[in-house]
Amino acid sequence: MKKHLLAATLALTTVATTTVVADEPKNGGTLVMAIQTTPRHLNPAVQSGTATGQPGTQLFASLLRYDEGWEPQPYLAKSWEISDDELSVTINLVEGATFHDGKPITSEDVAFSIDTVKANHPFKSMFAPVTAVETPDPNTAIIKLSEPHPALMLAMSSQLLSIIPKHVYGDGQDPKTHPQNSENVVGSGPFKLVEFKRDQHIILEKYDGYFMEGLPHLDKIVMRIVKDGAARTIALESGELQLSGFEQEPRDINRMKKKDTLNVSNVGYAAIGPVNWLAFNTQNGKTADPVVRQAIAYAVDRNFLIKAIMLGATEAALTGIHPGSPFYDATVEPYDLDLDKANKMLDDAGYAKGADGMRFPLTVDFGWASAKPVAEYLKPQLKKIGIDVTVRASADFPTWAKRVSNHEFDITFDNVFNWGDPVIGVHRTYNSQNIKKGVIWSNTQQYSNARVDELMALAGATNDQEARKKYYAEFQQILANELPLYPLYPSPYHTISNKMVGNAPDSVWGTSHPLDRVYLK
Amino acid sequence: MSFTQTLAKRIGYGLLLLIGVLILNFTLISIAPGDVADSIAGDMGGADVTVIEEIRERYGLNQPFHIQLWRYVSGVARLDLGFSYFYNTPVTSLILEKLPATLLLVFSSQILAIVLGTLLGVLAAKKPNGIVSLLVTFLSLFGFAAPVFWSGILLIIAFVSIFPLFPVGGMTDVTVEGGWFIQLLDLLHHLFLPMITLASIYLALYSRLARASMLEVLGADYIRTARAKGLPQRAVLYKHALKNALGPLVTVAGLQFSAVMSGAVVVETVFSWPGLGTLALQSILARDTPTIMGILFFSSFVVIVVNILTDITLRLIDPRIKTG
Repeated sequence: MKKHLLAATLALTTVATTTVVADEPKNGGTLVMAIQTTPRHLNPAVQSGTATGQPGTQLFASLLRYDEGWEPQPYLAKSWEISDDELSVTINLVEGATFHDGKPITSEDVAFSIDTVKANHPFKSMFAPVTAVETPDPNTAIIKLSEPHPALMLAMSSQLLSIIPKHVYGDGQDPKTHPQNSENVVGSGPFKLVEFKRDQHIILEKYDGYFMEGLPHLDKIVMRIVKDGAARTIALESGELQLSGFEQEPRDINRMKKKDTLNVSNVGYAAIGPVNWLAFNTQNGKTADPVVRQAIAYAVDRNFLIKAIMLGATEAALTGIHPGSPFYDATVEPYDLDLDKANKMLDDAGYAKGADGMRFPLTVDFGWASAKPVAEYLKPQLKKIGIDVTVRASADFPTWAKRVSNHEFDITFDNVFNWGDPVIGVHRTYNSQNIKKGVIWSNTQQYSNARVDELMALAGATNDQEARKKYYAEFQQILANELPLYPLYPSPYHTISNKMVGNAPDSVWGTSHPLDRVYLK
Repeated sequence: MSFTQTLAKRIGYGLLLLIGVLILNFTLISIAPGDVADSIAGDMGGADVTVIEEIRERYGLNQPFHIQLWRYVSGVARLDLGFSYFYNTPVTSLILEKLPATLLLVFSSQILAIVLGTLLGVLAAKKPNGIVSLLVTFLSLFGFAAPVFWSGILLIIAFVSIFPLFPVGGMTDVTVEGGWFIQLLDLLHHLFLPMITLASIYLALYSRLARASMLEVLGADYIRTARAKGLPQRAVLYKHALKNALGPLVTVAGLQFSAVMSGAVVVETVFSWPGLGTLALQSILARDTPTIMGILFFSSFVVIVVNILTDITLRLIDPRIKTG
């Protein structure tokens, strides 16, 4: 038995130390924070996305939680053990935990929650190898696996595995449209639902029966739904809002950095892992040739994009794995700007320039407004290597998604999330089994490489962290060479908090994380 | 043709028009590439192929167009506006939930625009070449030219950021505690900036219209007579001229109803005002066909009803309008 009790104890000690070093948290008060869109509903077990995740992680507890250091910490699971054959994971639940209706949280609820997520959540890879969840006693759940599954740890944290009550959601109704996803929510987390008004606010109130001693500190959280970035900035500056996560507009971030009442932090979000890239159609047209893709990469000045368009609010991402991930490999070819080399590569490959100085035309797609400057930058930039770019805007997201998912594109700007473990959010982009027409953020590049498939299978089926790092390093090296996509930078997610907010969230999940330790000074 | 026959005919035309609007809108939305499964997947950060197929299956999105259209139109005939894919709620309850906020914004801004616009128009008409008239003309042109999203943001910068007098958005502040009077004050506090913004464009329209209409009336013989018999300026202006000049203003105000609703979409978005406009924008972006259709159906219905009422009213008050 590989004991992870030690990890749990160490993590607890770390938490305790942090708490002592920081200011003594105060209890009470109402935190007014922003979320950017109205969630479809509040049950993360059957709905992904951070709109649901931010309130959802307050309403529902998961088995584990992660801080900014990628170390799993106890939450509803006070400890966990992985068997020697790595095919079963035993979860020991904290005693005395209750749902918001006062009924106890048992291993039956854990089994029910895993089954519900497995059957209904959009990310099928999270619990795909789970064959059964055994419940020998109310405080023990044993997760049985068909193969070792390292992604399970992250899949049991934050918004990916909400523990939902079987006695509520197991009533035979479809959990995706269950009426208690939006009202009368019976949760397991630090805060309970008072009111959810679409496009207005979500009001949460401290749950007195919360299983973590002395938490949460806040009496109430008001999540105001403010779609307009400028409005959020002004409200944060004026103190009307005290916290906002997932802020990514560079101009607003830089402006708020100058405000002495605000803390602007880019810590966290690595598990969300939003990476922006230029995706290539690797099967049709000129971009099917890897030389063309590499030449384009040499012609695109990533540093210019970061400095001029992102105003320095982010950093380079050299691969499709987020730079904050332990599996990120920074040693791959960065394709620093080299126009001469790019031109020579295209000349050598036989793409001669015509009388107008152009070799061939390409279309560049983008699906949302913030991507427009990058798409427009490519037109003059790729002209320098004789590529005649037509920038194609889409009226809205579904229009763009239709084009890209039906593989009707040459190059497109894209933004894809890692979602914790690479198995969940990274493999889907490169797996040759995941070339699915009509499905956005599948392998829309239609990239296929047997070794890459094999490396993903190997890295996805072992808990040996070092072996995984090795597999993912080779994986990233091959991808950097064959370049089905050219990674640019992570979305510059920032957490903006008023200085009166203590313990502002800094987890790898950003503000999609229980805010039970947050307090008002 | 009797009054009842005319009315029946008007209602018949209205129903036909409504069906036409439904079919046209449904067709236009269906022509656009992509569907709500894409936007739900986008909202969730991606989804497995089985999930996407299940969404398309569940909402009948992979059925032929005419079957989808028939299902929708027959649903509406049974007064069922459908189920919002995106919000997971019946469309009727969504619309009813958002309607009060929009009505409050639309009516308060219209009343403000009409009252203030008329006053300014009258002031301007008093001395057509005076400084007040020039100022009103300038303000009108400014109001017409400035897009509401821009003037809204300017107001936010001025009265929220520089002089923090008003909240940045929303309809209420849930942290405000107190009785109904305090809640009402809080509501008015939130209403002020969006109301001014939406009113600005119509203020321009009404003041121009009132000015022109007043100038026309002031040139009429009976005004000269009124002046000749020694009536004071105030009585001439407000008692004789204004009453007659109001006609076109009222007609235009009625016709503007649909335009105000569309202006509300933008203003609501800028000020996070939780009304039908915000809902319309969100559903268009999410390609939530039942909700978009529901809002379009609802607004067409209102416009058609208002038009029928206008027809009837005009017929009743003006005997010169013949039947038929």
